[in-house]
Amino acid sequence: MKRPTLPLHAIAWIVGAFILIPIVYAVLGGFKDTSQLSTNPFGLPSPWETGNYTEVLAAGSFWRQMWNSTFIAVLTTIVTVSLSAMAAYVFARFAFRGRELLFTVFTAGLMFPFAVAILPIFVMLRTLGLVDNAWGVILVQAAFGLPLTIIILRGFFRSIPGEIEEAATLDGCGPFAFFWRILLPMARPALATVSVLAIVGSWNNFMLPLVVFSDEASWTLPLGIQQFQGQYSSDTSRILAYLVLAMVPALGFYAVAERHLIGGLTAGATKG
Amino acid sequence: MTTITRRPEARRLPAHARPNRGRRRSWVTITLFVLPALALFLLLVVAPIVVAVYASGFKWNGFGGLPTDFIGFDNFTRLLESEIFFTDMWHLLVLVLLCLVVQLPMALGIAMLLNQRIRGRAIYRLVFFSPYVLSEVITGVLFSLILSPTSGLANGILGLVGLESDFLADQDTALMSLFVVMTWKYFGFHMMIYLAGRQNIPNELLEAARIDGATGWEVFRHVTLPLLGPTIRISVFLSVIYTIQLFDLVWILTEGGPAHSTETLAVTMFDIGFGRSQVGYASAISVVMFVLSLVFALGYQRFVMRRDLEGATTAMGDTR
Repeated sequence: MKRPTLPLHAIAWIVGAFILIPIVYAVLGGFKDTSQLSTNPFGLPSPWETGNYTEVLAAGSFWRQMWNSTFIAVLTTIVTVSLSAMAAYVFARFAFRGRELLFTVFTAGLMFPFAVAILPIFVMLRTLGLVDNAWGVILVQAAFGLPLTIIILRGFFRSIPGEIEEAATLDGCGPFAFFWRILLPMARPALATVSVLAIVGSWNNFMLPLVVFSDEASWTLPLGIQQFQGQYSSDTSRILAYLVLAMVPALGFYAVAERHLIGGLTAGATKG
Repeated sequence: MTTITRRPEARRLPAHARPNRGRRRSWVTITLFVLPALALFLLLVVAPIVVAVYASGFKWNGFGGLPTDFIGFDNFTRLLESEIFFTDMWHLLVLVLLCLVVQLPMALGIAMLLNQRIRGRAIYRLVFFSPYVLSEVITGVLFSLILSPTSGLANGILGLVGLESDFLADQDTALMSLFVVMTWKYFGFHMMIYLAGRQNIPNELLEAARIDGATGWEVFRHVTLPLLGPTIRISVFLSVIYTIQLFDLVWILTEGGPAHSTETLAVTMFDIGFGRSQVGYASAISVVMFVLSLVFALGYQRFVMRRDLEGATTAMGDTR
């Protein structure tokens, strides 16, 4: 049954090169200066210039954008997951008239393209004075994150046997205590999964921060990158350094949370 | 004996939700637990879409409360008479077809490859998926540098074999270049979905086919592929829905240019709504996007995914 795997490896290598060359180019390019980059686009830098990276790291704007992105991602996740968990608990473990209808309303949210809502949302945020306010982004992201999170959590909550709830009720546990003390701790893997999805979604979001934030002090990393490209358009190597430094948190997070991220995405894809 | 027959019932109806125990109290719980999510959802998801539909009937610059200058369907007739709308729709069609013919088969092929026992497949999987976690902005800026006609890496490589191109700067190649970037970023996502779907197929079925004398291709064609049907249909669905609202990558790479050659509905909407403050007209474009998504989603679920839905909903509670 042993078949030659060489052709398979060849294909995998070609695809791998297609994926990795741009990233490697960025990492190495950050260590070159712009004249090196044009005379020597492929080779290793000589000499290795660390100036691009250190200057970006020394600038306050990079760290401020990093902090803004982190702050918004964490709060978005807290709001999305806590509200979704509460709703999913009811959808999973209570029987009441109109439950399926209400649940369907939420799941229909999966079909609403975010781009459709952006104009009214902007007008609304401007009316409420939430332009240039992080909450303007956090609450909208949370609202659009609810459908998928509720679907995944409801599926998980349903899989917890009713006997556990009965035992808890017999021991005098009310619905609140059951939710807080038993269901949530048991659902830790599912909560981790939906949290990872919320964090990545918020971290990478561009369109919403683009219209909500005009003041540079509140920019997130994606806005900062876009603006940096405009500002240093002739200094390619410096932009590459900025890009690489902005990739580090995302790739690092991916390395740590790979299992949850992929589990969540495939679950979301197959259940949504 | 009675406990066995009652088990499914008990699972669906926890004790405190049963009619004989505190019905009113359970209504209080239900309301308290659902209301925050529902309020946020209605306020920031449903209401904006309703407002977009409403505003599409007005000439409105987005200021001064609700719009007042009602013009009926004028925004839509204006849209249907504009050339850009058909350009956008054509781009949508081209990108969707390219996804179906190139990106998804490639993702499927690589998924099947990584499902073999080849050395280092965990690393391949990790690498192939990694672009998906990078933001559209990082991807877009990176590729706008790589595809730069004068100093980019792509021409550096292709120049060796005399295949230089202006990529995003040339209106004949811009859409293709955009598609290559989309493939770089998204094929790993579809690959992961296919891998997950493939792992749900019991190996016994494939072994049985092999014992009956089927070749590798025949096993794939007649056993694996049909069993992957639901997974493939979902990935097609996600591709189309995503392409209808494609914005970030295009905005970073080209802003729709050159000469509208990469423009999408969302870019046109954004440009008209935010760039020119014609909120009413831009809302009409939003509504078209909404209707497209909705009609596609409902039609697709009705006619294509019909057979899968039953399985999907019953499997929901049991997958973990």
